[in-house]
Amino acid sequence: MTEEVKLRRYHAPVWNEPIILELGQRGERGVLLPEVEEGISRSVGPAERLLPPNVVRKSPPALPELSQAQVLRHYLRLSQQTLGMELDVDLGVGTCTMKYSPKVNERLAAMIADVHPDQPEETIQGLLEIVWRFGHVFLREISGMDEFSFQPPGGSAAAFNNACMMRKYHELKGEAAQRNEIITTIFSHPCDAACPATAGYKVVTLYPDEETGLPDVEALKAAVSEHTAGLFITNPEDTGIFNPEVDEWTGIVHEAGGLCAYDQANANAILGITRAREAGFDMCFFNLHKTFSSPHGSSGPGCGAVGVTEELSEFLPVPVVVKEGERYHLDYDRPNSIGKVRDFHGNLPSVVRAYAWAMSMGADGLREAAEVSAINNSYLETKLKRIRGVTKPYGDGRRVDQIRYSLAKMKEETGVGVDDVNRRVVDYGVQTYFTSHHPWIVPEPFTPEPCETYSKADIDYWAEVLRRVSDEAYSEPEKVKTAPHSSTISRINSAPFDDPGKWAMSWRAYKRKRRQRK
Amino acid sequence: MGSRRPVHPYISNSVPAVKDEMLREIGVASAEELYAQMIPERLRLRRRMELPEPLPAELDLRRHVEGILSKDRTCSDYLSFLGGGCWQHFVPEVCDEIIRRSEFLTAYAGGPYSDLGRFQAVFEFQSMICELVGMEVSGAPTYDWGSAAGNAVRMASRITGRREILVPRNISQARLSIISNFCNPTTTGDRIFVKQVDYDPEKVILDLGDLEAKINDRTACVYFESPSYLGVIETQGAEISRIAHDHGAESVVGVDPISLGILAPPSDYGADIVCGEAQPLGIHMHAGGGLSGFIASRDEERYVGEYPLRLITITNTAKEGEYGFGQCRYERTSYIAREKAKDWVGTTTALWAIAAAVYMSLMGPEGMREVGESIIQRSHYAAKRLSEIEGVKVPFDGFFKEFPVDFEATGRTVAEVNHGLLEHKIFGGKDISAEFPELVQSSLYCVTEVHKQSDLDRLASTLKEVLA
Repeated sequence: MTEEVKLRRYHAPVWNEPIILELGQRGERGVLLPEVEEGISRSVGPAERLLPPNVVRKSPPALPELSQAQVLRHYLRLSQQTLGMELDVDLGVGTCTMKYSPKVNERLAAMIADVHPDQPEETIQGLLEIVWRFGHVFLREISGMDEFSFQPPGGSAAAFNNACMMRKYHELKGEAAQRNEIITTIFSHPCDAACPATAGYKVVTLYPDEETGLPDVEALKAAVSEHTAGLFITNPEDTGIFNPEVDEWTGIVHEAGGLCAYDQANANAILGITRAREAGFDMCFFNLHKTFSSPHGSSGPGCGAVGVTEELSEFLPVPVVVKEGERYHLDYDRPNSIGKVRDFHGNLPSVVRAYAWAMSMGADGLREAAEVSAINNSYLETKLKRIRGVTKPYGDGRRVDQIRYSLAKMKEETGVGVDDVNRRVVDYGVQTYFTSHHPWIVPEPFTPEPCETYSKADIDYWAEVLRRVSDEAYSEPEKVKTAPHSSTISRINSAPFDDPGKWAMSWRAYKRKRRQRK
Repeated sequence: MGSRRPVHPYISNSVPAVKDEMLREIGVASAEELYAQMIPERLRLRRRMELPEPLPAELDLRRHVEGILSKDRTCSDYLSFLGGGCWQHFVPEVCDEIIRRSEFLTAYAGGPYSDLGRFQAVFEFQSMICELVGMEVSGAPTYDWGSAAGNAVRMASRITGRREILVPRNISQARLSIISNFCNPTTTGDRIFVKQVDYDPEKVILDLGDLEAKINDRTACVYFESPSYLGVIETQGAEISRIAHDHGAESVVGVDPISLGILAPPSDYGADIVCGEAQPLGIHMHAGGGLSGFIASRDEERYVGEYPLRLITITNTAKEGEYGFGQCRYERTSYIAREKAKDWVGTTTALWAIAAAVYMSLMGPEGMREVGESIIQRSHYAAKRLSEIEGVKVPFDGFFKEFPVDFEATGRTVAEVNHGLLEHKIFGGKDISAEFPELVQSSLYCVTEVHKQSDLDRLASTLKEVLA
């Protein structure tokens, strides 16, 4: 054993903050606008004269009325009641790559805050250069794909984009009606099933072999047919297991006439190690808000950077940033493009940050980030496997970036399950961990991802929190079951979540339902 | 070349001694040994990636990126009249202050026991959007107006069990393309047909005759916008909704919320589902990265059950006087139901929703009225000044913040005019001559509360000079 890890005394901030619509008083104002100049008023008259009478708002919206300091204070308090990645050892949230977002990149991204996306190209050559360099110089080399688009504004959006491109590809071959099936695996991300389904596909899901944790290649062979449009998979899968036969998989799907789309949301520990190209994929996407350090923003804005082989570049959404001589150009002239999945160019501040991050790393730095992530992951495993009640399903093999563990044994022995433990870890000042996407093939699952940001001491601390909670589960289970005890709030009543008479997605609905109950 | 530094400031365990200690604990000699146990040799990249020499020193990196970006010009350097789906509005400092907070900037997927504030802020966003549009349900934000509209028409299709939607012909081509992708334009199976309804060429509002001709018992919804892409306020909302309802279809309305301090909420004219773009509410343009859509509806199970989005509901806790929050009907979402979900949900634009919540709180009802009034007076002043110029025509009235300007009679193309303006550090309106050939050489001008009278006078005098 290494030296003893001391857990912190911690209590989350408790402001007991009202809803903002309960605050303030009539007449207060948070910000003023410049008055309309007299010259304008004289010329056009009052605003109401410019409005067709039947479109005029009759009663003002019931927004709060507060002075500026009151608004600021309220949202500062809400921010304090949010455990951002920068405040804690946030390695529990697997599949999300909670890495550090360098502060200098915020300053750099802010340089384009007041750029309009339709500005003349000659006034945004610098921005276009960064976009082009990040795609053509960095992501091409990292993935082996040939051309990139940054229009999809998130990972799921990128998966949807790729389903649209696949659809277009088969349409041009006259096979869109026939090829109506997508194959995925249950440990690939939910978007790999949901997005093709939205794009009109039937989804065939392969389940893992109980020994290996991976679907058998024979199952894939049985699944492909003349109806196969393509494959959408994550590798390493959500279990952290790398499918070593992935190139055989892509070969089988190609043989059947399908395309292969690689969900690279879990790419952090394989940068410079293995690539989409050599595995035989036709398209892929990276989450710039995960692997490439752009901040997660409380759940966006993000960017799903889509890469394709040359053969498929005609299908990319428009515009694509291209280089012509020394000039960068927005290319809309792509007749077979799927058009647009998001307005304008996507979320370019993410690309600026990702470029800055990659420039700070270089080839060796990117590889170092990957290697340290893999080392961190296996190191955390050495700690967790000594904790009572924690098991690692699917054998003792190595995992790449994250591991899907199980607390089924703990649940069986103590009655304390993965949701109880998740409420308890916050009492020690760490973020709740990611359990698993659904369905829970692994019972009582949790999935930490200790990416390169976290120090050895961070990992030791996180493991010690879990060890302590495990001890509690075995010695005083009620303490865990009744957690949290040091959180911003006590146990939430989940009854309204699915009850139309009680749920309320707005303050006005809440007030109405409360009134009606009285 | 190859000046490999032993440690990197973004990688804690890049210290060789620490790494060695961890490797010893794992029981392998190197990371290479770990990879060899997982990834077959034939899939390994057996060379160093060919990438530019890195700039690990922060100051070098900053100089490098600033050096590239400082070549650019922004809408604070130049006077801009670009809009068309992303608009320059005033962003109060408090909005930026809040979304720069580490806590909001770097949170992601924690639960309400660790991230209560994030849940509450999104609930407040939903609540204030509902106040503006006159609905009781809204959700976490979408990616942009286009995806909000795409989600909304698919909701209508599921609610009605029908597979045709009607959209106005004067919609932005980009938004139409996004909606079309959502509606599955090919023949893979469950296509939703997108049909376009013409607009009245005089008033640029929906052509009700054409609507009556195209609507039928296969129509899932009529989607229309106010103000429309061409800037004009739709005055027939109630009739459009009535026609939709008479045919058993849903009325889906797209709005610009910055107009809703003075314009009637869509609930007043029969909307069933409302969608729109939150970017005007305290979010910078970010080269288009500032977009953030929303959806709202009545609080009825048949609507709530069809949302693809996270819906944050308020609840109570074990302690009296405490609010808790959670996900309403979470099993709808793709996180739970995979291919059986209501479309799909993912990482969207929560940070922008927080900025919008701050904005709406700062502005209040009076501020929203003032900004609406300020915009409409300024835009009409600009239109008036421009139409005084020989050959320049503002063909339509009844607009809010955007209006087409027709340069056909000047003998110049929009491209030529904009080039001339650029030399005077002005970004002219968006060239829509290709999108709307019937409007010939037209440019879509956007005027907001950020434009001073002197800016608008400068635009007019510069245009006069350029056209001379």
